[in-house]
Amino acid sequence: MNEFVERILDLPWQEPKRSYEVVIIGGGGHGLATAYYLATRHGLTDVAVVEADYIGSGNTGRNTTIIRANYGIAESVRFYQRALELYATLEEETGCWIMHKTKGLLWLAHTESGLRAERARTLMNQAMGAQTAMVTPEEALALCPHLDLTGGGRYPVLGGSYHSGGATARHDRVVWAYAQGALRRGAHILQHTPVTGLLRDGDRVTGVQTATGPISARIVMSAVAGWSTHVADMAEVRLPIRTHPLQALVTNPYALGFEPIVASSELLCYVSQTARGHMLMGAEFDSQPSYSRASSFEFLSSVSAKITKLLPFMADLRVLRQWAGICDITPDYSPIMGETGVPGFVISTGWGTWGFKAIPAGGEAMAELIATGTTPAMIASFGLDRFARDHAMADQGSAGTR
Amino acid sequence: MLWISCPTCGERPVGEFRFGGELPHVPDRITDPDAYNLDYVWMQNNVAGITTERWFHAAGCRRWLTLRRDTRVDRVVPG
Repeated sequence: MNEFVERILDLPWQEPKRSYEVVIIGGGGHGLATAYYLATRHGLTDVAVVEADYIGSGNTGRNTTIIRANYGIAESVRFYQRALELYATLEEETGCWIMHKTKGLLWLAHTESGLRAERARTLMNQAMGAQTAMVTPEEALALCPHLDLTGGGRYPVLGGSYHSGGATARHDRVVWAYAQGALRRGAHILQHTPVTGLLRDGDRVTGVQTATGPISARIVMSAVAGWSTHVADMAEVRLPIRTHPLQALVTNPYALGFEPIVASSELLCYVSQTARGHMLMGAEFDSQPSYSRASSFEFLSSVSAKITKLLPFMADLRVLRQWAGICDITPDYSPIMGETGVPGFVISTGWGTWGFKAIPAGGEAMAELIATGTTPAMIASFGLDRFARDHAMADQGSAGTR
Repeated sequence: MLWISCPTCGERPVGEFRFGGELPHVPDRITDPDAYNLDYVWMQNNVAGITTERWFHAAGCRRWLTLRRDTRVDRVVPG
């Protein structure tokens, strides 16, 4: 099947109703997946997804498409492993081709302390059922023959972990698969409908005010990225979130065959090859919070300098595109999902730089929360109340960004 | 790229600095002492616009400074 001739999603304009059972703010991966699972798992189709721009125009269409579950704390591994499994069967389930490919992920360590962290994470992964194993430098070279094990003399590879479940999928196609699945079952997707406020009845949130008029709902869910603080502000919910830009870039195509995804949390960068041969790279998010989606030369020079030491062939490639998305970074580098303390208003945010890989599990869990009214065990520890309970879910190194 | 004017070192690129966070500001409606402390410690105003924040000149004079920045365009603004 050719990516360029295959028919893309047919998305009709729908006249918004005045009232829905559930309104989801944000037509990205998490919002649409929630609508999809509400329809398929719970038979709830009186749902509208309200999107300010077009679906997938935010971070879902800007990430580096990596799916993995090698996190550092038990709750996270369990959650992301669920997402990894759902991704693996998503094509079968939805009948949409998302270009899912299991590639394996090689996570390199360049210092003794980095190696110790990798060992601890591997043991946690194995205990929680994620397929991760430690590798020696020679094994790493066998998995990825392009590596320079001396790291250009600067970043020697002392070993690392290999997460065989690591995969990639085409991010737009994930959005389209969920959108199509939700549409076919009767959900509404209202594009180009910015939310300007929330309807309140005393303490309760009873709907959203949009540019085209008010829409009332029994439950409103916020699944916006970047602008979460402002949507939460409308309900007087305070979030511990800073909005940081994260940049990524692709090079011109290189001969296909760069098999695994290569990451390094000490160099703070990760690289994979797309189906067309482009080398796709991401790195740490910008140190200062900002809503600017401008690309910076500083990012370009720092990521190029690091990655060409590790993968010398990349010095001969040219950068085709560089772009940025604005991410919700939580202080403990874990997402925030669930109740907000305001009746009728639930939230799925704090997806930082780890949102794409979590889309199916996040959508499934939020759908269960909305449909049943009880928080699923899978996400119970990721609630907003964890900061008040002093149970921050610190998992910094596993995000691979900082 | 963001450039920051350090009182000691002059105009320097952002890479030399470490971001120290916005000045905490708890909304007036939060009056309960526990809720106030929780908000002060964890919550962020995360302003899309002009915000006042602290920066540390890590690779320079190693002093703290306060500045105002427009987060929509990531530029320092005077004042």
